[in-house]
Amino acid sequence: MNALAVLIDNWYPLFNSLRIAAVSTVIVFFTGIFAAYYIARLPRLLKGILDVILTLPMVLPPTVVGYFLLLIFGSKRPFGMWMLETFGVKMVMTWYSAIFAAAVIGFPLMYRTARGAFESFDPTLRYSGQTLGLSNTYIFWRITMPACRQGILAGTVLAFARALGEFGATSMIAGYIPGKTDTISTTVYNLWQTNRDAEAMKWVLVNLVISTAVLLTVNMLERRDFIPSVKRARRKEAA
Amino acid sequence: MSLSLDIRKDFGGFRLDMALEVENERLALLGASGCGKSMTLRCIAGIVTPDEGRIVLNGRTLFDSARRINLPPQQRRVGLLFQNYALFPNMTVEQNITSGIRERLPREEKRRLCAGIMEKFNLTGLEKHRPAQLSGGQQQRVALARILISRPEILLLDEPFSALDSYLRWELEQELMRVLREFSGPAILVSHNRDEVYRICNRVAVVKNGSVDALDDREPLFAHPPTYQAALLTGCKNFSAVRRLDEHHVEALDWGGTFTCGRPVGEEIRYLGVRPHFVHPAAGQTENTLTCRVVQVIDNLVDIIVLCAPPVPDRHQPPLQLRFKREEWAPYQGREEITLYFDPRALLLLRD
Repeated sequence: MNALAVLIDNWYPLFNSLRIAAVSTVIVFFTGIFAAYYIARLPRLLKGILDVILTLPMVLPPTVVGYFLLLIFGSKRPFGMWMLETFGVKMVMTWYSAIFAAAVIGFPLMYRTARGAFESFDPTLRYSGQTLGLSNTYIFWRITMPACRQGILAGTVLAFARALGEFGATSMIAGYIPGKTDTISTTVYNLWQTNRDAEAMKWVLVNLVISTAVLLTVNMLERRDFIPSVKRARRKEAA
Repeated sequence: MSLSLDIRKDFGGFRLDMALEVENERLALLGASGCGKSMTLRCIAGIVTPDEGRIVLNGRTLFDSARRINLPPQQRRVGLLFQNYALFPNMTVEQNITSGIRERLPREEKRRLCAGIMEKFNLTGLEKHRPAQLSGGQQQRVALARILISRPEILLLDEPFSALDSYLRWELEQELMRVLREFSGPAILVSHNRDEVYRICNRVAVVKNGSVDALDDREPLFAHPPTYQAALLTGCKNFSAVRRLDEHHVEALDWGGTFTCGRPVGEEIRYLGVRPHFVHPAAGQTENTLTCRVVQVIDNLVDIIVLCAPPVPDRHQPPLQLRFKREEWAPYQGREEITLYFDPRALLLLRD
């Protein structure tokens, strides 16, 4: 137990980054799919407007997103103050503050890739399922989602990668408190600023390894062959 | 067993206004693309909701705007075969077919039902295949099996052969005919192919701009189409606007000349039509003849297609398209003019 505590202490930025990315990816996975599924079926004008609003965090500088987040969550702002007074929960300068930043910035990646997948989904599959008596829930989980699997997986991985690398909004809302709110990206910046280049290098390498792994995963997902059932079928055909 | 339908829906620029009574029969909706045939099927299936009207299937109200009834597609028991068959690509053939079983049954029972219908459709051995691994014919059989296992009260077939080449088409048509012979409820086939419609269905509704333009049993409809659209869709190629002279005579404005008709000419008649192979070179007749200029002669596989310009130079009409047997045409080979005889019984009297 002690050894684990020491390990976490030594690698705290990695551990913190991974947990922030994981939690925000879970949030973004569900909200992104939900938004994509319903927006894909809206009339064109409404779709265009919502699309712009939901995609903005991707193109805005992260500091601008951070600024907006502080407007909402700041301890002197109505919502932040209410959370602190009612539940005793501080919304800024904690490790989980970074989750809000990562989720808002990662959301458009999930939403856009999932929406693309839903839009290219053949609606006659849904219709035929309905006329056969299959429930809409069954159709969504057993027909739509498997058919859109690649797009959704790719969106998830991209959102995870983006959350892992988030710097601007995170440093504004969570700051850099060693052992508390430090992530890989904020650690690299602070080590470099304090002339500890060699230590910064360690975290640069860690980041490189993770990002490379993520990109490899995305590339694999983009190939149809990745889907095991198709792969098996192909092999059978060749034989 | 019957379907009664009377629906309206405004698509802005296009208006669907369909009324149909379908008994236990095979009805075809014959129409050009975009005329509302497929949309009608989608309304019956519950995929598209009409603005107003009602749909009643075997005494069950599926949709009634006045009584605010709109059953979801799941509860309608309408079997709809899509143009692309809409098989679930991530499921095996067996999973696709069992997904159509509505009753809650133990897995073994479902397997047994599925095996039974697969044998009937000659699909045994393909249980574990995925749709992408099947031929077009096999895909259609799986789609039909999946629909029939859900025990629909009506079958709707949306252009089932349109994406296929002619050889495969014939094979699948035979398969579909077999299914329809065994199916006890009404069936509606949507198509723009008149041959297919004639072979498969016993009644035909011609659809034009979202409404039924003509409706009759197939023999009278093909022999005496009542409207311009019905004549066009049943293969008539030559039309002329007419002026009614009396009970039995019209003046053909686009062809020139007066024609005697085999049937009484009503006040509502606007066009005269004649099918390409019902016109012959005149053999001594003086009435109902037209001397035309030969524009082009096209060698067809089994006959000769001759394009003739009627003697009305100021009307910019396409030439008459006629089909002659080779031996019938032989004496006229190389002629620049030909006198044609229009048999009064072959003239179609058409409403707009």
